[in-house]
Amino acid sequence: MIDVELLKRLFSEGKVSRREFIAQTAALGATAALSQSILATNVFAASSEPRRGGRLRIGLSGGSTTDTIDPAASNDMMNQVLINGQLGNCLVEIDHENKPIPELAESWDSSPDTKIWNFKLRKGVEFHNGKTMDADDVIYSINHHRGKDTKSPAKVLVDSIQEIKKEGKYSISFILKSANADFPFLLSDYHLVIVPTTSDFKDGIFSGGYILQKYEPGVRALATRNPNYFKSDRAFFDEVETLGINDVNARTNALKTGQIDVMNRCELKTVHLLKRMKGIEIIRQNGFKHYTFAMQCNTAPYNNNDVRLALKYGVDREQMLKTILRGYGSIGNDHPISSASRYFASELPQRQFDPDKAKFHLKKAGLTNTSFDFHTAEAAFVGAVDAAVIYKETAAKAGININVIREPNDGYWSNVWMKKPWCAVMWGGRPTEDMMFSTAYAADAAWNDTSWKNKRFNELLIAARAELDEPKRRAMYVEMQSIVRDDGGVVVPMFAADLAATSDKIGHGPVSVNWELDGFRAPERWWFKS
Amino acid sequence: MNPLASMISKRIMFGVLTLMAISLLIFVGVEALPGDLAEAILGQNATPETIQAFRTELKLDLPASERYFSWINDFVHGDLGHSLANGRPIAEVIGWRFANSLFLAVTTAVFAIPFAIMLGLLAAIYRDSWFDRLISITTLSAISLPEFFVAYILIALFSVQIPLFPCISTINDDMSFLTKLHAIFLPCLTLALVVIGHMMRMTRAAIINVLSSPFIEMARLKGISNRRIIIKHALPNALSPIINVVVLNLAYLVVGVVVVEVVFVYPGLGQLLVDAVSKRDLPVVQASGLIFAGTYVFLNLMADVLSMLSNPKLRNPR
Repeated sequence: MIDVELLKRLFSEGKVSRREFIAQTAALGATAALSQSILATNVFAASSEPRRGGRLRIGLSGGSTTDTIDPAASNDMMNQVLINGQLGNCLVEIDHENKPIPELAESWDSSPDTKIWNFKLRKGVEFHNGKTMDADDVIYSINHHRGKDTKSPAKVLVDSIQEIKKEGKYSISFILKSANADFPFLLSDYHLVIVPTTSDFKDGIFSGGYILQKYEPGVRALATRNPNYFKSDRAFFDEVETLGINDVNARTNALKTGQIDVMNRCELKTVHLLKRMKGIEIIRQNGFKHYTFAMQCNTAPYNNNDVRLALKYGVDREQMLKTILRGYGSIGNDHPISSASRYFASELPQRQFDPDKAKFHLKKAGLTNTSFDFHTAEAAFVGAVDAAVIYKETAAKAGININVIREPNDGYWSNVWMKKPWCAVMWGGRPTEDMMFSTAYAADAAWNDTSWKNKRFNELLIAARAELDEPKRRAMYVEMQSIVRDDGGVVVPMFAADLAATSDKIGHGPVSVNWELDGFRAPERWWFKS
Repeated sequence: MNPLASMISKRIMFGVLTLMAISLLIFVGVEALPGDLAEAILGQNATPETIQAFRTELKLDLPASERYFSWINDFVHGDLGHSLANGRPIAEVIGWRFANSLFLAVTTAVFAIPFAIMLGLLAAIYRDSWFDRLISITTLSAISLPEFFVAYILIALFSVQIPLFPCISTINDDMSFLTKLHAIFLPCLTLALVVIGHMMRMTRAAIINVLSSPFIEMARLKGISNRRIIIKHALPNALSPIINVVVLNLAYLVVGVVVVEVVFVYPGLGQLLVDAVSKRDLPVVQASGLIFAGTYVFLNLMADVLSMLSNPKLRNPR
């Protein structure tokens, strides 16, 4: 069902062009004048002209006093918005259409088998210490995440690189272990920020639009505009102040009283009240973040696909979306690919809550009286315990007996996830289907949390990676989504939207959905309206 | 030897022993928590190799006893060590936060303590009057409400409805002293509301207790005014319990304000301790734990010394 609200959202997120928007609203019976007025007011931000100046104050959840400025240690919003949104650049950037665009790289091309990638680097880029960027800096920065002794979580990504070769002062090539048509996406990962060879990764020297002046981990950072920034149409603020505010009420009050201009992670329970306030804009991003209930397919009883299907049919997605996410998200179809992705399989039928089918599969597995232990904790995602209880209640209608076990938040990711046969999991964004599947669904993936090994799926995964023909590639990814949906070890009840709020003085273009706050880039891409 | 001096030296010795015991308790406590720093920091992003790299670099793979003694060895040599999580020297991480914690505590104390004692005196003077009941009800309600609730009400009133004070107190070095005072007004008020009730009730009770003694009756028979009796004769004799409760509240103001720090985003020591425990950053936990314990030991010592000084019998034993 398409309505004007949805269209407005799609337009403000850049998924619908201006022309399509007007045509669609007209088709819905809205007059041309109305559609024009919507364009002029509600999504005015998307068309207001960027203006320089001012101090942007961002209040963020996701800062800790134990943070460091090392990109290899960056793991939550405060550092990500600081390092990726203000101080540094990657070789490749993801735009609002989820396409890779050049950043520190000027252009790239690959060998026909997509195993060798050549990157031409941008010339004349200056780091904050005055050094000019060249191939050595790039190699030094990427190697920070490779090798035996690295502590970087990005190690699993760059493991696919066999060798990095310097071809010239401004040219490098990556030789991959196996073909990968999506390799440029990988280089946009938020860890893979480029620093000068003189850097120890802790001094805050990067090439980005703002220069770090003060940094107190988890508390506050202050950065001022880099006058020599290589992008002329970005970094509009004079100064950016980043404040760590972990309490959601404190963030909301600070925004209401004008102490900050932007906040992330609105409280779902009260966001409808915030929306009504004058002078506040809510920014909703329907991205890649999703919740899964992961069953280990090598452990009984989850090694039986009938059990997995019974549990998939036993969850009421609509109710869970309504109760846990208050509608700020979309329902999942038991595979991890979001509707924001390029190759999302819209043709697959949506799996519904179906007590009869659940009963049928459970009976077929011969496990009608078994109780299934489901491990959960708030650390998995906010609302994971409530979600488990709702699941238990709806599944009971299908004769499935789920036993909810609440685990401690501390150490959840080390002691429960990947260890217990069935538990709640949260997955953040991955810009490509391949990165999502390779991270958590490939047979040999370090985080294959369902221990799922499907032969056809893994063949397709390798083949699709190297396929450059778009329709063929799409067909492969659609088949893979269908295999995960019908055979995989995950229940994917829902995708969660990211909610941020800004003062209405903030102007912005269509926002990227790959990460929170315009792909972490709010300080670089947004501006103050006059 | 002067009994005061001997008491102080004895107490300092016991204080040091207490701190040693506490450092061992903290270490054992953090060790008993599931997971270690590598797992806590990497979280969902952990792989066996990266965890191993972390442990080797930070020497987390050594046995617990070895790590404790190496820490104690550095500590007695005056080296607090470095934060495991971000490698910064502990003194640098903790110093300014402890100063902030003290700033908040001292500012609150400076106006809350005289105010509470005055209210207690007035309540004792006008005992059982409507005034006594009014302040009893008000202060008791203020302590009964959880501090975060008091904080949110104050924010709603004085920051959102009537925008007089900021709702987040993120003070930093670029601010002048007056701006800082303005910024911490609401957290100070919250804390004051929490501690005033306790101190006021104790002052009132202690004075009323003394008022039933024979020497007060004597003073009354001599025809001295009620006010003079309370201030001149009752208060000095009630000082000991009042000092104790004031000092106890002072200790609370320094070490027990994590909730208020979170609500007002105040960069104090409490938030650091919480983060450090959740990341298993042992040297930071140890240092902050010892600072907190040291504060308690020191303030308790102060309470005893002051009670002694306030009591001529203890001051000049014979």
